[in-house]
Amino acid sequence: MTTETTPLTREQLDPFAGKSCGPDRQSRDPIAQSDIRSWVEALGDTNPIYVDEASAKATGRSSIIAPPAMLQVWSMAGLLKKPASPPHGARQELIALLAEAGFTSVVATNCEQEYIREAVPGDIITASEVIESVSDQKDTALGRGHFVTTLITFTDSDGAIIGNQRWRLFRFAPPNRKPAAEARPPRPRPAMNRDNAFFFEGTLAQELRIQRCDGCGTLRHPPSPACGTCQSFDWTAEAMSGRGTIHSFVVNHHPQVPAFNYPLVVALVDLEEGVRFVAEMPDAEPDDVSIGLPVEVRFRQQGDDLALPYFVLAPSQPAGER
Amino acid sequence: MSNLSGKTAIAGIGATEFSKDSGRSELQLAAESILAALTDAGLTPADVDGLVTYTMEKNPEVEVARALGMGDIKYFGRVNFGGGAPGAVVLQAAMAVATGVADVVVCYRAFNERSGRRFGAGVQDRGTEPSAENAGYAWYTPHGLVTPAQWAAMAGRRYMHDSGATTEALGAVAVAARRHAATNPKAWFYERPITLEDHAESRWIAEPLRLLDCCQESDGAQALVIVSAERARDLPQKPAIIKAAAQGISGSTAMMTAYYGDDIGHLTEMTLVADQLWADAQLTPADIPTAIIYDHFTPYVLMQLESFGFCGRGEAKDFVRDGNVELGGRLPINTHGGQLGEAYIHGMNGVAEGVRQIRGTAVNQVADVQNTVVTGGAGVPTSGLILGADR
Repeated sequence: MTTETTPLTREQLDPFAGKSCGPDRQSRDPIAQSDIRSWVEALGDTNPIYVDEASAKATGRSSIIAPPAMLQVWSMAGLLKKPASPPHGARQELIALLAEAGFTSVVATNCEQEYIREAVPGDIITASEVIESVSDQKDTALGRGHFVTTLITFTDSDGAIIGNQRWRLFRFAPPNRKPAAEARPPRPRPAMNRDNAFFFEGTLAQELRIQRCDGCGTLRHPPSPACGTCQSFDWTAEAMSGRGTIHSFVVNHHPQVPAFNYPLVVALVDLEEGVRFVAEMPDAEPDDVSIGLPVEVRFRQQGDDLALPYFVLAPSQPAGER
Repeated sequence: MSNLSGKTAIAGIGATEFSKDSGRSELQLAAESILAALTDAGLTPADVDGLVTYTMEKNPEVEVARALGMGDIKYFGRVNFGGGAPGAVVLQAAMAVATGVADVVVCYRAFNERSGRRFGAGVQDRGTEPSAENAGYAWYTPHGLVTPAQWAAMAGRRYMHDSGATTEALGAVAVAARRHAATNPKAWFYERPITLEDHAESRWIAEPLRLLDCCQESDGAQALVIVSAERARDLPQKPAIIKAAAQGISGSTAMMTAYYGDDIGHLTEMTLVADQLWADAQLTPADIPTAIIYDHFTPYVLMQLESFGFCGRGEAKDFVRDGNVELGGRLPINTHGGQLGEAYIHGMNGVAEGVRQIRGTAVNQVADVQNTVVTGGAGVPTSGLILGADR
């Protein structure tokens, strides 16, 4: 489940293709052997043509070369001061358009580099970036969004192309995370009394406790002070395994109580010990739920003094291994 | 078997209009409906000496008596469990009359259930005072199961699973109700019939229940006047003889959450009511040409048809097909439009329709109705009636 998003048309997206992302970025210093050495040592790259003149010449080169993978490094802004982004560039307009439509998160997905000529010490590199394409809307494991690809072209001081880089970001709608319990109104609290307090003591200890009659051994739920089978008032609270199968379930749509997320699945479960129990299935997609499916209990705190059970679909396993 | 059969009758019925916003107090609605019922019966408030209503009723007997200038009230009683009570209030009144405790007993139910407190909103504000009644909700409301539709959907889903009933079977019940309401000027949905497609396309409320599987929320009031059969014969209206009245709690009956029995699609308490009614009235389903089946939620109508033996277990889905529960079918049900189509007055308007069918004055009259069944709410501790023509 993701946040609500607004579909964007090609007419809205296509005009961004080819637009510049802002002023070109020039390397602050010419390429130097000491920078190359720091980089290859940090990465553990032992190729001698990056650091040893004789080895480089032995390969037919005129000098050592900069590792091609450093292509992007030279024109980076550095740690102390970042160049201010232009406030009203095409990149900012695209980001704003996507954010307005609900695609507010970003992740870098991949980078392709193409090397045209080898950079050498003394080169001054200039990076020039344009928006290459904005994809149609895609549904991914991260969520729904658009891939934005930019093309950075790196040139030397003569304007000759050293290489270029395709840089792809995925701008997406973040998963609709359930707000923390404190963020929404509290759910209705159970009325507790001397007949059912044992149950809620159990949930605080992560146990689903059900009454078992000391007289005849019958399990009973909901709780009662006496056994309807043998009339004994003596009983013991016994922890259930928490495993069961769905006997029935509802998917609530309306009315919506602010304490819950909708659509809300609530299941009536046949516990394997032989009693039924109702609890929410907050993480289940309604389409994944059906009568007969195995479930397992979990617990979660509702404030400091209350824990409530809920069910999750059990991982499917062959019968007999449970 | 009780010895109540035939001793008492419903001699008067009276109601307000049914609306979504009555524009007046619940007490006024109660008083208006009672006065109308007494007038219908040819009686006056001074004749009343008994009052019976629901525990959920918010108009106290003392206020009702004062508003209408009633005299000495010698019997008053209330019945619990909401919509399960319509047959039960009549049973209490009949017992009071048959035993000589009272002579003229009025049953009433009045509320602004749409413009005031809506039952459909559920019990999300249920208190945590440690009563057994409140503790009973501890297993549902903290998990988001807070409304009657949601409670009903749980049983409905399992019933559909076990019986093979589909949304079409639920739709047949809704279509019948709305067809009947469409020709009843008192019905909220007067002149507004629906099709099976309308039903299937209506929005989800609590799956498997859609909007058109759920009864209305209504403002209104309905009152009934119960006297001895002997006295009824001297009053203006043709008596609707109370041939049987019964209540039922059985096995794992609960207030809308009877989830723990062997078969939650089988209404043990309604079967208990039905068995008593058939035995006391000395009748069988074949004697019933039309019935009022409490229709808060459509799956429960199917279950009740089975409880009463109008069809076999699991067969209601076929029984309701092809207009069989509409006018002209084998068993037209809820000829006033039911609570889906006329109004939700906690089943009391259904009792009034049963009386009209016996009198022969219903807008959707079924021919030659000698006996009719009226049921109380299903899925709760409940009740029912068999009303019949005199002699």
